[in-house]
Amino acid sequence: MEIDNLVVRYGEKAAVDGLSLTVTGGSVTSVLGPNGAGKTTTVESCEGFRRPDSGAVRVLGLDPIADHDELMPRIGVMLQEGGAWSGVRALEMLRYVAGLHSHPLDIATLVDRLDLGTCGKTPYRRLSGGQKQRLSLALAIVGRPEIAFLDEPTTGLDPHGRREIWQLIRDLRDDGVTVVLTTHAMDEAEQLSDHVHVLAAGKLIASGTPDSLTEHGTKSLEDVYLALTAPKREN
Amino acid sequence: MTTYAPQPGSAPWSRKVLAHTRMEFKLLARNGEQLLLALVIPVGLLLLLGGTGLGHRLPLGDGRPVDEAVPRVLALAVLSSSFTSLAIATGFERRYGVIKRLGASPLSRTGLLAGKIGAVLAVQVIQLAVLIGTGFALGWQPAGGPAAVFGVLLMIFCGTAAFASLGLLMAGVLRAEATLAAANLIYLLLLVGGAVMTPVDEYPAGMQSVVRLLPSAALANGLSNSTVDGIVPWAAALSLALWAGVLGYLVSRTFRWD
Repeated sequence: MEIDNLVVRYGEKAAVDGLSLTVTGGSVTSVLGPNGAGKTTTVESCEGFRRPDSGAVRVLGLDPIADHDELMPRIGVMLQEGGAWSGVRALEMLRYVAGLHSHPLDIATLVDRLDLGTCGKTPYRRLSGGQKQRLSLALAIVGRPEIAFLDEPTTGLDPHGRREIWQLIRDLRDDGVTVVLTTHAMDEAEQLSDHVHVLAAGKLIASGTPDSLTEHGTKSLEDVYLALTAPKREN
Repeated sequence: MTTYAPQPGSAPWSRKVLAHTRMEFKLLARNGEQLLLALVIPVGLLLLLGGTGLGHRLPLGDGRPVDEAVPRVLALAVLSSSFTSLAIATGFERRYGVIKRLGASPLSRTGLLAGKIGAVLAVQVIQLAVLIGTGFALGWQPAGGPAAVFGVLLMIFCGTAAFASLGLLMAGVLRAEATLAAANLIYLLLLVGGAVMTPVDEYPAGMQSVVRLLPSAALANGLSNSTVDGIVPWAAALSLALWAGVLGYLVSRTFRWD
């Protein structure tokens, strides 16, 4: 995945302002940054939801807007919230999305792995926050994508649930899936990432492996992040 | 041990469209408000107009009340399923992020629209069966034979294309709540002022030239021409096709996945 000098504006304001970065295949890459840094806009540009004002985005060698129909079967997207009809049952939604793909994962195995069995017949609007998160992750990976974009995948999960999702993300990576993670959880990024990009005000301000950013573990990624993104004070 | 090794690919287009049609139809069947619009209101209206003396007191047309009421109630049913229900459902799909989720799936824009139209047509088959059955039970005597059948199908096809385009356009440019309000308002306005239940000739002279241009007037008069006069309503079909072309173009320009 390659982003080259990307600019996306909302009116006068540039949400992404000349961003360039690369994501290597078969890795877990985290995109970090404060609220409003441009993370979601950047990822949505890769998913074909935002049209760049200038610059270029290539995902698997394709243009997410011009090659939309060719690209979509090859990527999986986990939305931060929503993404299902309020009256649809969890398992019904998963089967429906699986049916749009040619070689989906085995539903029963995925349901078991993500602990969705107890809520399979529950309408989406009645699912707990954690169940919605797990269903959303299942919907993102059920089509066996080459790249999975996961937006805050463990928000609202208890510690056991978080660890289970972390292990699933590692398994995805080990099986050759490229994972692009946006998160505010620094421990998550530190634990999972092969590469970390830090954004602020629509620009890339730091990039590297967790090991290099934390100076071989002498600092925590959270301390590094806070130092990088601290608001500037005027004297 | 499950392997997550990438093996991406899209299901065949026909399977995706069928899956989406089935899903939208199932969700609609579970929704009481949608069923009210699709069946309860048209059937209730037909019973009132064709089964009581009320049809004699209202300006439905020159024929027997039940003969005049059936095609006009069919027009109302097409309006409710292809426009009001579709607009509201699509507006809330956008609100709930469903459109966005489907935008990041292999469904494709044409697959989504075809699936939606498929669900609308499935509803219309049920509407037609129930309303025509009710009409015959009330003594409906359609004229025209095969020409009338062809005319009705032509009108339903063209009317669905025009009104579904209008519904998708509204759901694409308005917020979900605004779509809900506007779709219901337009439904009521067309019911009363759009020559759905009353022939254009019954409107005040100054209004007739405007009302005649509305797609609702073309649909209702075309259906009436088919089953009351027994003729194929080519002019009404052309009018609806023009509406569908213009509105469909606007939908293609305004549709977005988020």
